[in-house]
Amino acid sequence: MNEILAKLQEYFQFPFVRYALIVGVLTALCSSLLGVTLVLKRFSFIGDGLSHVAFGAIAVASALNLTNNMVFVLPATIICAILLLKTGQNTKIKGDAAVAMISVSAMAIGYLIMNIFSTGPNLSGDVCSTLFGSTSILTLTKQDVTFCAVLSVIVVIMFTLFYNKIFAVTFDENFSKASGVNADFYNLLIAIIIAVIIVMAMNLVGSLLISALVIFPALSAMRIFKSFRSVTVCAAILSVCCAFLGMIISIVSGTPIGSTIVAVDITAFIIFSIIEKMSNYLEK
Amino acid sequence: MSLITCQNLTLGYEGRAILHNLNFSVNTGDYFCIVGENGSGKSTLMKTLLNLQAPISGKIIFGDGLNRNEIGYLPQQTIVQKDFPASVKEIVLSGCQGRCGLRPFYNKEEKNLAADAMKKMMIEHLSDCCYRELSGGQQQRVLLARALCATKKMLILDEPVSGLDPKVTAEMYKIIEEINKKDKITIIMISHDIDSAVKYATHILHIGDNIFCKTKEEYLKIIKGKGFSQTDKGENI
Repeated sequence: MNEILAKLQEYFQFPFVRYALIVGVLTALCSSLLGVTLVLKRFSFIGDGLSHVAFGAIAVASALNLTNNMVFVLPATIICAILLLKTGQNTKIKGDAAVAMISVSAMAIGYLIMNIFSTGPNLSGDVCSTLFGSTSILTLTKQDVTFCAVLSVIVVIMFTLFYNKIFAVTFDENFSKASGVNADFYNLLIAIIIAVIIVMAMNLVGSLLISALVIFPALSAMRIFKSFRSVTVCAAILSVCCAFLGMIISIVSGTPIGSTIVAVDITAFIIFSIIEKMSNYLEK
Repeated sequence: MSLITCQNLTLGYEGRAILHNLNFSVNTGDYFCIVGENGSGKSTLMKTLLNLQAPISGKIIFGDGLNRNEIGYLPQQTIVQKDFPASVKEIVLSGCQGRCGLRPFYNKEEKNLAADAMKKMMIEHLSDCCYRELSGGQQQRVLLARALCATKKMLILDEPVSGLDPKVTAEMYKIIEEINKKDKITIIMISHDIDSAVKYATHILHIGDNIFCKTKEEYLKIIKGKGFSQTDKGENI
């Protein structure tokens, strides 16, 4: 135990480890906030779809040799989020089909572009790190950290301000519309926030694992808690704890960061499910 | 002046009309029932009244100081709500959302309003309970309390008793009648339970092959006299 602590202490002296922890915790916090809404709106896969889009956008950005990828990736992902939401309301192409369509297209074209305009010597390594997250979280600059912090503050403020509206629109869209709430606008807002979160989370867990970060804390919290507020708060706390724990484990044992965090999330989900089963059993 | 007047309304979706030339008006204090077979356009009519979709042609005129967003609405349950983790209080409060405008949080007045609505529906003791764990009848009361938060003038109820057992159904009808009589809230109810419609409503709009809008007494005469099938189509009012 002491060995591990000493090792941690040693690691914490490096600024990049501290940066990684800050970014990881902020990302986990933001991604869990909207998880509840996404799960309940049956939008779980939008996160997945959008992360594929972000992958494509990153490929394009690196082919264009942009110094700061985010300038291109963020707007591109937001636009796709809006498009997905609009087609989701269209009855001709159903929501899930639209998500699948856009996400695989972005994936394929992204990989194609990466291949054609390959900039680095290690293409498969680049692709793998974009997909599963990687050491990139350990190479964050101060600028990246500031960017991430600003985005997460914006996300948290937006979420708090519109918390009641997001609840109303999620619970019953038609009722909200009928009572004069601009439901379309709030759906749009939700989509934009999701896009921002996805882009933030790309660095941490990579594009294939983002959905886990978004939905697992919400699903775990829904096992036990019974009001929207307690579920949201629990999901946020749980997500932060899991991300922190996951990062510590991965630093100490040298496992990949993204998949370690997701593994911790899965464990938490299993524990919460067991608690739910047991409390049901005890009530009977 | 009537609360709602519909003039030559033609309704439908995706450009396909399913209801033609609808003319009727709803006055303050009415208990207005819309009956008809499945697929006759009841839901479409309701969605149009609620401003969820636009009519193909014709006009809906709101009068008597009724704003379009002052209508309380009791929808049918959606799949999303079946496993929604929300407390009764949160759901009832969300009925006040329409009057919040851009203000992010509920104020004292709205919290009192929600508390009153819960008291009226006799669900105060459930206030912190989880919505998905309530019985069907209790869930309906919660949604009704939410609708009451959104209006002081008019409620639109979409099949409020579907899926409820006879005892709870009777209770539900009684509550609705009380809201109508005591609180003077105009009721528009969609139903395919014609017997109850006849029992409680003051006016009945029958849509389908024959469209007619009558007071209850006239409607009863028609049923007793000739039955629906022989009713003349020219009787549109």
